[in-house]
Amino acid sequence: MNKLNSQKIKSDFPILNQKINRHDLVYLDNGATTQKPNAVINAISNYYSHDNSNTHRSVHELASRATIQYEHARTITAKFIGAKTEEIIFTSGTTDSLNKLVNSLKHQLKKGDEIVLTEMEHHSNIVPWQQVAKETGAVIKWIPITDDFRLDLTTISKLITTKTKILSLTHVSNVLGTINPVKEIIKEAKSINQNVIAIVDAAQSVPHISVNVTDLGCDFLAFSAHKAVGPMGVGVLFGKSQLLVNLEPNHTGGGMVLEVTKDNTTFNQAPYKFEAGTPNVAGAVGLAAALTYLSKLTMNAIEQQMHDLTVYGLEQLNTVHGLNIIGSKDAKNRAPVFSFTIKGMHPHDIGEILNSHGVAIRGGHHCAMPLFKRLKLNGASRASAYIYNSKEDIDQLIVAIKAAQKIFGVDK
Amino acid sequence: MNIANPTDLSTSQLTEEQEIYKENIIDHYKHPRNKKKLENATHKENGINPMCGDHITIYLIIKDNKIEEITFTGDGCAISQASVSLLTDELLGKDLDFAKKITDQNVYDLLGIPISHTRTKCALLSIKTVQKAINLNQ
Ligand SMILES: Cc1ncc(COP(=O)(O)O)c(C=O)c1O
Repeated sequence: MNKLNSQKIKSDFPILNQKINRHDLVYLDNGATTQKPNAVINAISNYYSHDNSNTHRSVHELASRATIQYEHARTITAKFIGAKTEEIIFTSGTTDSLNKLVNSLKHQLKKGDEIVLTEMEHHSNIVPWQQVAKETGAVIKWIPITDDFRLDLTTISKLITTKTKILSLTHVSNVLGTINPVKEIIKEAKSINQNVIAIVDAAQSVPHISVNVTDLGCDFLAFSAHKAVGPMGVGVLFGKSQLLVNLEPNHTGGGMVLEVTKDNTTFNQAPYKFEAGTPNVAGAVGLAAALTYLSKLTMNAIEQQMHDLTVYGLEQLNTVHGLNIIGSKDAKNRAPVFSFTIKGMHPHDIGEILNSHGVAIRGGHHCAMPLFKRLKLNGASRASAYIYNSKEDIDQLIVAIKAAQKIFGVDK
Repeated sequence: MNIANPTDLSTSQLTEEQEIYKENIIDHYKHPRNKKKLENATHKENGINPMCGDHITIYLIIKDNKIEEITFTGDGCAISQASVSLLTDELLGKDLDFAKKITDQNVYDLLGIPISHTRTKCALLSIKTVQKAINLNQ
């Protein structure tokens, strides 16, 4: 298998070639968003320079080009996750995908129905369900995490019951880096209750590991382009075609209809009935360019590179006195997302001093407050690596952390 | 970048952040002044920055328009905690009018370090909470 050359990859990302506070930028905030390669920037620029038009509406040349590119992006996206083209709904991101889905599914929920989530969910896979639970009287249950920051799989046989309508879980935790055995969990859930609708939040997995919806056995899956070197403001909701047929759209308007009279409307078929209004064509074009870029590197090689960085990162962070890693210390089934706390230092202070070393990380609760409550933490720092990061970047992170500890007198 | 010998780097480049984190700030963070609960406070107020988790409680004993006692409890980043430690020192024994007139700039001056845009909330939690305590409970 070909090995990735992070230095060469870095040169594809113009933003990374700059100094921050007189240091080479070391960008380790990829869990929040990734940077964009020239291939993506140019695809968007070319689209607006040559092909921009509204889609599916006019007969002129530009409209035709825009429509073809938009639909081509759908095909590329479908291929990337092993779906059929008509199963790909473009949204504005994971949050939008999940909200649209939850609000469409709520008509199938009633009092006493059960929704199963996990303790490591991002707020975007918690809050919409809470809203719907309040509205419908459905009940939310939680798959707990173990002391090794993994899902406690022994609880699934008890949590999934005949009342379970929904199982919605993250593939990769944006805080812990844990890669969940989603396929096995869905399989077990469906063996207990075959009507369970299985939903995967793939915001952090699509960039890191090869994701195939057929293999996972999920009914729906959501992700954002911007976390996979694509543009902000565009995302994907995958839905199994036979489920999309009966799913009611909750955003309505132009572009998603077949016929509208004063009294009634006939919706177009999926995926169009879920895409009301003028779509983000440039976003879809950018997403297609991003997925094509990743495909050229191959997801297998990316997976290997991510694993190597996880091994090295854990090894190096483990050597830092007073640093506590919030996540499994076993690199197996783990992404290079390193949350940590440092004795005697607040995440904000750590982030600020790291920034003065040109190292970009994030601090806070990372939109996962229930998880932090469970871990009895107020917040943590998080360094998250991606394809352009090298072992040297991890070294620079460690240097900056040690410098920060020295300033605070907590280095010994 | 000196990757071969990373430890050299950390010592040679301390000056920049020492600017941001002057010893005085670290000292107030690690050894806060006036950090205790006041059971007989006449005025008390909580302040919180929900996004970063900084939180403080201010306790005051005010008599004849004068701050006879001012203490705090809380937790958070160095800037937020040093700010409240410094501010309580500054306000002890002063008139209420003095406390009401304290500006954001006065607090930055007390801290004596450059405060970046993202940290203004941390720096100002102290004065916002004190002024809320005074104004709300009058
Ligand atoms: C696991 C997970 N789910 C959902 C989201 C939400 O993604 P977006 O903000 O792009 O809608 C994120 C991003 O922060 C995430 O990490």
